[in-house]
Amino acid sequence: MPSKAIVGEKVGMTQVWDGDNRAVAVTVIRVTPARVVQLRTPDRDGYAALQVTYGPPAKVNKPLAGHYAKADVEPGRKLVELRIDDTSSYSVGQELSVDTLAAGDKVDVTAVSKGKGFAGGMKRHNFRGQGASHGNHKHHRAPGGIGACATPARVFKGTRMAGQLGSERVTTLNLEVVSSDAERSLLLVKGAVPGPRGGMVLVRDAVKGGVK
Amino acid sequence: MNPTDVVDQDSLRPDIPDFAPGDSLKVHVRVVEGSRERIQVFQGAVIRRQGSGVRETFTVRKVSFGVGVERTFPVHSPVIARIEVVTRGDVRRAKLYYLRERSGKAAKIKELRQPSTGAPASSRSAAR
Repeated sequence: MPSKAIVGEKVGMTQVWDGDNRAVAVTVIRVTPARVVQLRTPDRDGYAALQVTYGPPAKVNKPLAGHYAKADVEPGRKLVELRIDDTSSYSVGQELSVDTLAAGDKVDVTAVSKGKGFAGGMKRHNFRGQGASHGNHKHHRAPGGIGACATPARVFKGTRMAGQLGSERVTTLNLEVVSSDAERSLLLVKGAVPGPRGGMVLVRDAVKGGVK
Repeated sequence: MNPTDVVDQDSLRPDIPDFAPGDSLKVHVRVVEGSRERIQVFQGAVIRRQGSGVRETFTVRKVSFGVGVERTFPVHSPVIARIEVVTRGDVRRAKLYYLRERSGKAAKIKELRQPSTGAPASSRSAAR
């Protein structure tokens, strides 16, 4: 389980120069300070997490306004939960900013990927498709066989076929933090991050990757 | 305006002179050998400039011992110590790939004639 996490907004990708004068592709994430609204504890909720909100003051409905008022926190764009090991070092009303993470840290980034709609096997599962010629007729992007015949006389569950692609929660593991700019509240992460520009991303310290 | 421009500002170099395809450049390149660093000069003609912002690159072509050598640099790369413009070229194309098929006198780029008033060289791009 991660020990720290923050929430941000994907700004886009660009490149920066590293110490060896090489270009590094980075994703820019804007991290507006997140305000802790509630602490989830294993005793009461069965798991440990920080319930936070972020962004400019937003209009919320009465029940939600009450929830924010109880924590004495200004309502934000969204309520999100950040699962972490231990919430005991955090308190309600506390602000989480980009300096939680430092350059060189390994992080996992979670976001909802770009939706591609109902996609065929070639796009969704990298199937090879079929030949362009040799008499092929209207089956150039078809998946081909999906199983045997009379035995088992059915298609196995989980067989890769066409269907919804993207628009699902995806986590990219072990990305390196290139820089953490508290002044401009920007986080630069090496490599690509799921989701569209302007989308919400959750950044936590890496849970895998061996001995630290 | 790109949303990432705030980040790109730090990577852009203000000390890069104005140059275009056809110009002859001396590119002073930082070469790291072990622990020490020295400067190596790559002199040749600019045959292309492509891209924009931090990603912009240019290609310099020279003929070394009868072999054509082309080197592409990012314009804003910290590897470049200094760029010196030796001559301004008078060319009609943005990409001078035709130089690759030519050698000797045919591969020569006509030098741009400056106005006799002695206008600064940088005013050329505005005149174009």
